[in-house]
Amino acid sequence: MDTSQKEHETMVHVSINGREYDVPAGSTMVQAMWYTGHEVIHGIGCLGGVCGACATVYRMKGDFRLRNALACQTLVQDGMSFSMLDSYPIQRAHYDVASLTDPKEELFTFYPESATCRNCNACTEVCPQGIDVRDSVWRANFGDFKAVAELTMSCVMCGLCVSRCIAEMAPHEIALYARRAYGAKELPFPTNLRTRLGEIEKGIFSKEMDRLLALSPEELKKECEVKS
Amino acid sequence: MSDLVDSFYAHMPEFDETPPSALSPEERASLLKSFYPDYRPEGKATIRVGPNAGTVVPEEVATLLESRSRIEGPRLIPDHPDRDVDVLIIGGGGAGITAALHASEKGASVLLATKLRVGDSNTVMAEGGIQSALGEGDSPVDHFRDTFRGGHGANDPALLSVLVQEGPQMVEWLISRGILFDRDPQGNLSLRKGGGTSRPRLISAKDYTGLELIRVLKEDVVNAPVEILEFSPAVELLQGPGGACAGAVLWDLDSRKYLYVKARTVILATGGTGRLHLGGFATSNHFGATGDGLCMAYRMGAKLVHIDSFQYHPTGVIFPSEMAGMLITEAVRGAGARMYNRLGRRFVNELETRDVVASAIIRECSEGRGVPTPSGASGVYLDLASIDREAGEGTVLKRFPNIVKLMTRHQVDPTRFPILVYPTLHYQNGGLQTDPNGHTSISNLLVAGEASGGLHGTNRLMGNSLLELFVFGRRAGLEAVKESRERAPFSWKEVSMAHVDHFEQALAREFEGADRPMAPTLFPDYRRKDS
Ligand SMILES: Cc1cc2nc3c(=O)[nH]c(=O)nc-3n(C[C@H](O)[C@H](O)[C@H](O)COP(=O)(O)OP(=O)(O)OC[C@H]3O[C@@H](n4cnc5c(N)ncnc54)[C@H](O)[C@@H]3O)c2cc1C
Ligand code: SF4
Ligand code: SF4
Ligand code: FES
Repeated sequence: MDTSQKEHETMVHVSINGREYDVPAGSTMVQAMWYTGHEVIHGIGCLGGVCGACATVYRMKGDFRLRNALACQTLVQDGMSFSMLDSYPIQRAHYDVASLTDPKEELFTFYPESATCRNCNACTEVCPQGIDVRDSVWRANFGDFKAVAELTMSCVMCGLCVSRCIAEMAPHEIALYARRAYGAKELPFPTNLRTRLGEIEKGIFSKEMDRLLALSPEELKKECEVKS
Repeated sequence: MSDLVDSFYAHMPEFDETPPSALSPEERASLLKSFYPDYRPEGKATIRVGPNAGTVVPEEVATLLESRSRIEGPRLIPDHPDRDVDVLIIGGGGAGITAALHASEKGASVLLATKLRVGDSNTVMAEGGIQSALGEGDSPVDHFRDTFRGGHGANDPALLSVLVQEGPQMVEWLISRGILFDRDPQGNLSLRKGGGTSRPRLISAKDYTGLELIRVLKEDVVNAPVEILEFSPAVELLQGPGGACAGAVLWDLDSRKYLYVKARTVILATGGTGRLHLGGFATSNHFGATGDGLCMAYRMGAKLVHIDSFQYHPTGVIFPSEMAGMLITEAVRGAGARMYNRLGRRFVNELETRDVVASAIIRECSEGRGVPTPSGASGVYLDLASIDREAGEGTVLKRFPNIVKLMTRHQVDPTRFPILVYPTLHYQNGGLQTDPNGHTSISNLLVAGEASGGLHGTNRLMGNSLLELFVFGRRAGLEAVKESRERAPFSWKEVSMAHVDHFEQALAREFEGADRPMAPTLFPDYRRKDS
């Protein structure tokens, strides 16, 4: 938490937004930014690896490869150069899931570019959540929305796949559309929920609830076995 | 593993699996009284100014409430407001988004202002699930009883009865939006058991429940007729005729300018306080959880309830230190994970309630049986290896993929090495006093979500908080539309920050002119002091 603590005595050399610094080994990229006095606002949300606000691009010394990571979850290493990608511009469809009538066809109305995937697999290689993004795009194109849902459940919407896609689409938005359409339109409504909603509508719990609400505070505690 | 992690795990005691002796009710009570942070005398202060004067709270909470404004006097207001809307919603987590969707559906003009991006919130982080009484043999009444018992009988029965009765209807709403909850082979919503409930009642989306909720609802609110202002936290409320709320002042974090919003009704949905690090505790909360709503409303005279009551989740990661505060879900203990102290002994039944387990860990550490970390903290071992031993190799990976992913990124393989844990500040049990329609004690100021208090009593059960967001977020959204239609028109000339002037005068009298800290702080500052 406090970035000045003494846990890590060894320092590593990094470059942040093109400027060189020594920071303690064992810091995350975000902590390295705090350590060097950066005020990070764009680029932090949860600090817990789920909100996708902290997408970052980095490169290791002597290696031509560009890599990507979530900055709140990734430890700095000696010779690392990184910059945060605060917000990657994306195209998002305007639709209301309730009024979809033929979701599999409508995918191509809202996201016609999804059919242009060139199978380069860059999206899968970049995904910090280890999702097979390329496969999810194809499953969406073929209308297998169930598979899309299973493949992409851990997507944090960081947009890194978009940053690499040579067909310039937003695979995570396409996956979101497919998951939502699957949940709202394909999956049957859960039986246990339907039953309970019917019972509530009929008011079968009202009498007992009203009785509880009419009790004195002391009686209610006794009824509910409150241990003091 | 890195050298540091290596050397930390080089000296581990032999683990002795002998179960600890069971606690009698008296022992349990005395453990809580002696070690649970809410009941400890140190680090506490008595509130001196405002509607809750006399209440003993953590020092950081007193500082938050008895603070001066970020806006210096004289607090002049520009000639015209920057925005004029029916409903202003402050905070874009689960409660705020739900309120915005329901208010805009009724045709009101809605502005949603939030501190980071929409959805960057405690809501997106929720892992466990939502409570809803859907099982055979379960009922909203049983849900009521369990929650009331869990909240030590301090819950407001009127709020609670609404929660349990409208809960299933809100689950229906979520499903209609296309949110995917886990199903059983018959197509029912799967129900899991959470702590303190008599029946399995948790519905979830693997361990990504909050993420699934936010991904979907965020897309809906972005597509709804709602104006959204991101990176624009509210820093002060505005007062209108009769002391009613009349809007808010937002602070644009990028242009560093104030934005004045006139609103017929305001909903506070600013969430919790974890990032104030009460008592120096690490936290599981998102970066913007600094209790802003409490502080702004308190200045206006709004009453708070149970604001001395917080939930410390027993198992937050404490080593490696860069992960401090990160939650390891309660479900691992349900699945058979064990806890050991520095001597390798178990010291509490792992299935006790959250407050008891947290107290026992604090006891071990304060009595010298904690495991020291290189940065001078201490914790206890949470060993997941026993899960694999009992339920078969690979179980941890299958059931807790997110934990394995996160720990491994920090060079600890939790299937082989125990995780070092210490309680982490998790949830604000109390908050702004409210009623079933979201009213606070200030006219035209409503509240929803973690910023409100009363529903959970003095201890929240897992899964009730997410349910609360939808039930009361919807109600507050609808009520705000109704109130904005009923409210008599008022002019911008009648709008001021007079309440802030009055509050600061009261502070000056009580603290004899001593300088007060400024709030809301908006974010914690973790930058190195000499950087
Ligand atoms: C790690 C974790 C796991 C959890 N797991 C569960 C679970 O399994 N089940 C469950 O029921 N509950 C769980 N909870 C609790 C639950 O997630 C939260 O209590 C709930 O989501 C709070 O919702 P909210 O909308 O009230 O606040 P939040 O979701 O926190 O939203 C508040 C929003 O307001 C913004 N904000 C703050 N100040 C301002 C300001 N001044 N101006 C404008 N905007 C502002 C914040 O940045 C944030 O976006 C968990 C919490 C955490 C942290
Ligand atoms: S699928 Fe794309 S948006 Fe989702 S986590 Fe992977 S890279 Fe990020
Ligand atoms: S990066 Fe784009 S083009 Fe390449 S496989 Fe992924 S979706 Fe297809
Ligand atoms: S800050 Fe949320 S994923 Fe990194």
